[in-house]
Amino acid sequence: MEGLSRRDFLKTTAAVGVGAAAGMGFPAIIKAQGSAPIKVGVLHSLSGTMAISEAPIKEVVLMAIDEVNKAGGVLGRKVEAVVEDPASNWDLFAEKSKKLLLQDKVATVFGCWTSVSRKSVLPVFEKNNGLLFYPVQYEGEECSKNVIYTGATINQQATPGVDYLMSPEGGSKKKFYLLGSDYVYPRTTNKILRAYLLKVKKVPEANIAEEYTPFHHQDYQTIIGKIKSFSAAGDAAVINTINGDSNVPFFKELGNQGLTADKCPTMSYSFAEVELQTLDVKPLAGHLASWNYFMSLKNPENLKWVKAWKEWAKKAGIPDKQAVTDDPMMHAYVHVHLWAKAAQKAESTDVDKVLKAIENLQISSPVGKYKVDPENHHTWKPVFIGKIRADGQFDIVKRTPDWVRPEPWSNVTYPGRGCDWSKGGKGTFDTVGGKRVWLSEKQ
Amino acid sequence: MAFGKTVSLLAVTLGLLAILLGGLAGPGAAAPGPATPDLEGPAKRLSVPATQEAAIAALKEIPDPAVEVLLRALKDGALYRLRDRAAILGDVGTLKDLSGQPILDAAGQPAAPADGQEPVPLDERLFSVVQRALERLEIFGADAAARRSAAFKLGSSQDMTAIAVLEKALARETDPEAKPVMEEALAKLRLASPDPAARAVAAQALGRLRSEAALGQLQAALQQETDPAAKQALTGAIRSIDSFLVIRNVVGYAFNGVSLGAVLLIMSLGLAVTFGLMGIINMAHGEMLMLGSYTAYVVQEIFTSRFAAQQDYYFLVALPLSFLVAGLVGLALEGGIIRFLYGRPLETLIVTWGVGMIFQQSARLYFGDQTSVNSPTWFRGGLELMPGLILPWSRIFIVMLALVALGGLYLLLNRSYAGLRVRAVMQNRDMASCLGVSTRRIDSLTFALGTALAGVGGCALALIGTVDPEVGKTYIVDAFMVVVLGGVGKLLGAVVASFGIGISNKLLEPAISGTAAPIYAKVAILVLVIWFLQWRPTGFFPAKGRAAAEAR
Repeated sequence: MEGLSRRDFLKTTAAVGVGAAAGMGFPAIIKAQGSAPIKVGVLHSLSGTMAISEAPIKEVVLMAIDEVNKAGGVLGRKVEAVVEDPASNWDLFAEKSKKLLLQDKVATVFGCWTSVSRKSVLPVFEKNNGLLFYPVQYEGEECSKNVIYTGATINQQATPGVDYLMSPEGGSKKKFYLLGSDYVYPRTTNKILRAYLLKVKKVPEANIAEEYTPFHHQDYQTIIGKIKSFSAAGDAAVINTINGDSNVPFFKELGNQGLTADKCPTMSYSFAEVELQTLDVKPLAGHLASWNYFMSLKNPENLKWVKAWKEWAKKAGIPDKQAVTDDPMMHAYVHVHLWAKAAQKAESTDVDKVLKAIENLQISSPVGKYKVDPENHHTWKPVFIGKIRADGQFDIVKRTPDWVRPEPWSNVTYPGRGCDWSKGGKGTFDTVGGKRVWLSEKQ
Repeated sequence: MAFGKTVSLLAVTLGLLAILLGGLAGPGAAAPGPATPDLEGPAKRLSVPATQEAAIAALKEIPDPAVEVLLRALKDGALYRLRDRAAILGDVGTLKDLSGQPILDAAGQPAAPADGQEPVPLDERLFSVVQRALERLEIFGADAAARRSAAFKLGSSQDMTAIAVLEKALARETDPEAKPVMEEALAKLRLASPDPAARAVAAQALGRLRSEAALGQLQAALQQETDPAAKQALTGAIRSIDSFLVIRNVVGYAFNGVSLGAVLLIMSLGLAVTFGLMGIINMAHGEMLMLGSYTAYVVQEIFTSRFAAQQDYYFLVALPLSFLVAGLVGLALEGGIIRFLYGRPLETLIVTWGVGMIFQQSARLYFGDQTSVNSPTWFRGGLELMPGLILPWSRIFIVMLALVALGGLYLLLNRSYAGLRVRAVMQNRDMASCLGVSTRRIDSLTFALGTALAGVGGCALALIGTVDPEVGKTYIVDAFMVVVLGGVGKLLGAVVASFGIGISNKLLEPAISGTAAPIYAKVAILVLVIWFLQWRPTGFFPAKGRAAAEAR
């Protein structure tokens, strides 16, 4: 055996193994051995300010890819993740996506969190005909051919939240304090919500207050004081779109100043289980959030998923206390399986073929049935309203009877506007006199 | 499974206890017994769509904790039928019966729903009915806070049938905080009573309770009132609430300002020493505060895992420890880097900024981003100075701590021998050196004192703010603003500047209308500071120190 290296030895054994498998009739394995793995990109910040939210998303995407591989891969080929860290830097998002598309030639990318990061990679994907799956709720008013938006649109999160607050079980609230961080998502969401409250719900202008705080704002004393007076009669609610770390001083002040949920509930749109784990939950019990998914959902599929995630997190070195699941993680998990199923159906990883196959594609998920819209590249899913429980989970107080159709353009601010990429569709259109006028042709 | 068993045992015990208490305390409660067999019937009717509504209506009249469990399971889609009995899906995916005992399958293992078995469906129309029934059951519950909340809700419900429920609840209420809430709720409902005398009494009660919550309702009632006595009572109530609100708001704003001032003071006290006295532009000052915050976090985690019973006392350990940790790091920083850069402010600025970035990234790598410090229980909530005005204990503590730290620093610098030497070195280094003062030692100890004070500040600020790797950035600008405005080198300057900025910020903020008051208030303050420094470049209290000498 002198001169036979370890590597040669392994090669020989592998060849023998393949030969044996072929002889025994395992064509799938031959195919898998015969072709290279399919590369997919994972583009989430693992450092910088957004790491708190995006790092768990990366893990859950890797877990889903692992599941796909264990089930035989896609088209008989293994799926291989190429993980890039754009470090919460918007320009780096564009650079890294260029690298993934042109250098690694990935079949698809799972990535982005903030709207600004998505806007920054959008031209790269459109120019190179790439495919991006985006897992986070956002302000809408966008519909790219090259993006599948799995997170909630305004009508799948923000307006159902308001509807709940105005319903008898939500306390029949009549006044709304819109409070957010000063950037595009809260500003656009609140613009639409204000129009919705005024036009659809007939709430008088005087009953709506709107306020923004800078990023990393620490002192919420005055704002809590204002909210207390605003809500003294018990008929008001706060709509919270504060992002990131400012939620901590906001909720601490809220708890300490005794502004409890029974007097004035806070409905949060950027605050889920992951963020909740960083706080002392007891004073926050009863405040609300609106999402497409809550960890406390009781169905066998979700229980199975949560269990699998806890095991995965343990291996990844995430402490058990922090190994929670939330809405963007659920979307990120589901959209990996969606892509795998679409590629399988298309019998190709070609972007155009996958996009064609993914139209109207349905999948079972931790929230039940879940599908991609036949036209507008957003997804159908149910909406839940959850109430914070003392144990850091949400008690589900309201659910939509069925899944909700995604509307990238709100009917209130853009009546008649929609989006269609299915056969013959050219993206965004306005309905003029019952006819579709494509924005791309309008100029 | 041992844990699951304990939990279910606990649930059974609690259930029994509640049934016993319910049987003693209220009419309509189930008789004390080993289990609640009478719920199997309603549970069965719940699972039949035709009888679901009637079953819910019947169940909500039974003030029994098991009813709550049953209705909650129905609402959550966790109610199943197994061998013609009700079964509730637990958190671990196995089924339990109505008394909380696990249901075993043929093999003696905890049973799970069969593949494809659907839970008992809840008619969408009835979802809100169940939700409201669950809320109404809370006013008779064991938790005083939940009772207060339920009472407030019933008071705002304008549902006259709630009066009877509230009267019943008030009669058996023992909690001193819940009682006034129930009285207020009753008075609010009775304001719509057909009897004018009852309306007048209700208005008087609301005036006496200083009920801000009822103000809008009282004003609306006054518009429609025809009875002169009731009218007078309403006017009186509105006037007394209004004048109370004016006083309350003024006190509230003043406290907000003082509290922000104390936060600024505690942020900048350390910098007043390192920059003010020594003239070192320490851009890592924010990270010294961060060190204090993380010390609090680490001590808290150690207590959580080792001494859970004494959890609350972690803060008593964390506070002095953060002083030590930040002080030692300051000592190393001065000895290792800064002392080579004395007299070269630009290099100091850049180097300390870099040091700050190293601290930030190390914190991110080591602690991650999911950290926070929870206040000890005695700092939770606040002092209710007047109805509706609660001064958080954590903020009161920070005001106290800022004053104590200030006093201590003043005594140290101005009334002790060590302080004398510090001042001597800062005012005339060569002379002090000639007289045998070890200027080297004084330099490093003074710098360490400054960073140690920052550590204490960071530890205290963790009570109200965030603990994350970037937290230093949010502090550094404010800290420099205070020291520069106050006048480099004088403690009194830092005090005046902190409270000046704090109070004017908090008086401006509510006065600014529009959607970005906190942003404009901060801008206005910065403009004021710039304008002031144009007029008096050396701040409120210019002083002689090394910085002043070098500036000359």
